[in-house]
Amino acid sequence: MTQSVVVQVGQCGNQVGCRFWDLALREHAAVNKKGIYDEALSSFFRNVDTRSGDNGPDIYKGKICSLKARALLIDMEEGVVNEILQGPLRDVFDSKQLITDVSGSGNNWAVGHKIYGYQYRENIVEKLRKTAEHCDCLQCFFIIHSMGGGTGSGLGTFVLNLLEEEFPEVYRFVTSVYPSGEDDVITSPYNSVLAMKELNDHADCVLPIENESLFEIVNKIHQMINAGKLGSTVKHNSLVTSSAGSAKTLQEKPFDAMNNIVANLLLNLTSSARFEGSLNMDLNEISMNLVPFPRLHYLVSSLTPLYTLADVNVPSRRLDQMFSDAFSRDHQLIQADPKHSLYLACALLVRGNVQVSDLRRNIERLKPSLHFVSWNQEGWKTGLCSVPPVGHSHSLLALANNTCVKPTFIELKDRFMKLYKKKAHLHHYLQIDGMEQSCFSEAISSLSDLIEEYSELDATKGVPRIDPSRLKIVV
Amino acid sequence: MSIVTVQLGQCGNQIGHEVFNTLCSDICGTHGLCSKKENESYHDSCKERFFCEEESGVPVARAVLVDMEPKVISQTLSMAARSGHWKYNSQAHFCQKQGSGNNWANGYSVHGPRHKEAIMNLVQKEAEKCDRLGGFFTIMSMAGGTGSGLGAFVTQCLRDAFPTSFILNHVIWPYGTGEVIVQNYNSVLTLSHLYQSSDALLVHENDVIHKICAQLMNIKQISFRDVNQVIAHQLGSVFQPAHTAGGGSGYSRNPLGDLMEALVPHPEFKMLGLRNIPQMPENSLAYSTFSWPGLIKHLRQMLIANAKMEEGIDWQVRPPHPPMPSTNKPLHFNTSIANLVILRGKDVHAVDLGSFQDPSLYTSWLNPQDAFNAWKTPRAFNKYEKSAALVSNSQFLLKPLDSIVGKAWNMFASKAYIHQYTKFGIQEEDFLDCFTTLEQVISSYTNL
Repeated sequence: MTQSVVVQVGQCGNQVGCRFWDLALREHAAVNKKGIYDEALSSFFRNVDTRSGDNGPDIYKGKICSLKARALLIDMEEGVVNEILQGPLRDVFDSKQLITDVSGSGNNWAVGHKIYGYQYRENIVEKLRKTAEHCDCLQCFFIIHSMGGGTGSGLGTFVLNLLEEEFPEVYRFVTSVYPSGEDDVITSPYNSVLAMKELNDHADCVLPIENESLFEIVNKIHQMINAGKLGSTVKHNSLVTSSAGSAKTLQEKPFDAMNNIVANLLLNLTSSARFEGSLNMDLNEISMNLVPFPRLHYLVSSLTPLYTLADVNVPSRRLDQMFSDAFSRDHQLIQADPKHSLYLACALLVRGNVQVSDLRRNIERLKPSLHFVSWNQEGWKTGLCSVPPVGHSHSLLALANNTCVKPTFIELKDRFMKLYKKKAHLHHYLQIDGMEQSCFSEAISSLSDLIEEYSELDATKGVPRIDPSRLKIVV
Repeated sequence: MSIVTVQLGQCGNQIGHEVFNTLCSDICGTHGLCSKKENESYHDSCKERFFCEEESGVPVARAVLVDMEPKVISQTLSMAARSGHWKYNSQAHFCQKQGSGNNWANGYSVHGPRHKEAIMNLVQKEAEKCDRLGGFFTIMSMAGGTGSGLGAFVTQCLRDAFPTSFILNHVIWPYGTGEVIVQNYNSVLTLSHLYQSSDALLVHENDVIHKICAQLMNIKQISFRDVNQVIAHQLGSVFQPAHTAGGGSGYSRNPLGDLMEALVPHPEFKMLGLRNIPQMPENSLAYSTFSWPGLIKHLRQMLIANAKMEEGIDWQVRPPHPPMPSTNKPLHFNTSIANLVILRGKDVHAVDLGSFQDPSLYTSWLNPQDAFNAWKTPRAFNKYEKSAALVSNSQFLLKPLDSIVGKAWNMFASKAYIHQYTKFGIQEEDFLDCFTTLEQVISSYTNL
């Protein structure tokens, strides 16, 4: 069995990470009733004998003693990490897995990337090596960060580069939270575009998430609860709405529900690598199947069920509804409509009591309404994991490599250009050592190239297909 | 003679388990409908082929289990042990921690060379346990990374280490859509490599078996287990003991050799398809009666019309009279190189198989007498009072093969996903070689 390490960077990264660890523990608690440290648990947790302090030896078999997250928490402020350390999850994190500073990155990518990056480089590498040493077969790093700020975007992408240098064989999956148009950080377009170049060049897969989409989803759930319309079908302590276990348990924090969605995305993404099923889908299969060209590694994700969270015994019609929902606009985690754009590839990760015939029926049903690129008309990858998420009978995560990400990138580019034309705020960046004008021009041209690559593929949509002529054999 | 089975990857291990289950429950069952003596010799012959005896009396499968990740193998081992009727040798498995990630190149160029010694040691040990080794039977899918890539590599190693043993590769043909996106690349690489080192490829198409589950077995929610059980049943109907035509009174001692002799007269043609009849849910069996002439008539039409199962056969297809060259044969007619019919159950010795000996069924360059063989046993198989299996070297697979090569070629023309393979040392030229090999195979079968 393989292991994964989560690197959570910045305020957003740590808040999402906190929700992830809470839900991961609950998921394993629901499956693992005997309290035995099993292979599934080992993928994200170490089992440590803490009787002689935090630094006890790893225990590979037998009873759960003390579970430690395979995680590295990085923030250049102390607030969020301190909150976590005072909250119910404090025992899950080893004090040696933290890197914090006091002064923050001031929403400046360059401060995070160039200043803190070089200052903390050795420290980060050493801690990464330590976490890696505890793994028997390290398969994947998950970076969780936001694109708009300074630490997550700047230092987060610095860590991404470090990982490529230090662990070239280990996959790098990045969960990136993109700022919304009305973001209160003025420099967020700069930060995001500078970070995008790093993601283009160094990540194996990026799962873009837009704050706006999370916000809309959470709003809809609240409306449903308040209207009482679906009140009976929405579980009050469901995976999305619950905040128990987070830093402050007394008052529900507005972001918890949003962060839970991202945490669920990661749990579903890794479920088949952790639990058994009739059609396993390991993490390395995701990039293999969904990334036809190295730079086009942005995967649009959608989760179902999202709104009706209390399906217990699900009749077939509802199961089919789950598949339909995964392709609808309001289940996507970015503001995009994959149905009306071009698919390069699509993966369906199903959990729970779903069989191969259900998968086949739904693919056949949905296929006619979707556009696939000419050379990948059958671009479907599927996985069946037999363990459903807590409280559900089944769930579906759809990952789409789809040109519908393009508008998000174009909007980002536009917002960047608005500032950049006026050279607004540029001096905050250029005064930092190692930051030059060329960093900006290279970043924006990297983004433009990416947009262009998607556009070229988009242009093939609807064009009559001419199959390339086959090799001829002389008889 | 004994056969060593090598189960590779998730699919190979899941199917292998069902195969041994089927074989074991068939010989332990009380449905034999034949003399005690016949039943005993059937039982012994099956045991010799597929199991060795342990002191505890529980049969141990002559199998080596290989996967690059541990979940499936540990599940398979414990399921077999729990059955109580048979088990795997607890030493005869090899797994690693991280799978091949659907990447053929990873299985073939990385995992293969790295673990060659360990895997071949297990195979060697299993082979040494056989009094007489009849050959190897590998079970793998061609869609993924381990079964396909490592499977192709291991087959080459078997060929090198056992140059005179028979190797039969059982290959699972993926669903047309929806399993693995790079399955067409992986399939092209697998088939072309197996074509060099294997004696024959016995193919099961997932789409066909899925249809059989839905239409003949009446299963509503079809699982992989259901699919695998049908495959195991079909394989059992071929590999359980039977008497060959000139084999005297005992059961055939060389099942793989006899199979190759009957079906693979030329190294350019080694794709075998399998059809059987009847196939139905167990609880309907009691209410059904079959006559041999009826079964044989259906089976023959399934052959010439290339029907995948008993239902929906096109009865309009007729062999050309007189036999004519390939260019103007009637459409939809499935030309054979060689066929083998295996009959099991009541009154098999009275069955008239003349309709399979019709020269117009076969390609012109082979003597029709050599092109058809029949094996028989009065021992009923798996609760079917009468059953027939047809293994055919024919144009059966031409369409699916052409389709897979075509789809892979389309993708190759756009260079999509190629970087994933070059990363592990499979270059564009290697792809081109594989395409050439398979276009050659397609052309050969087309021109029968």
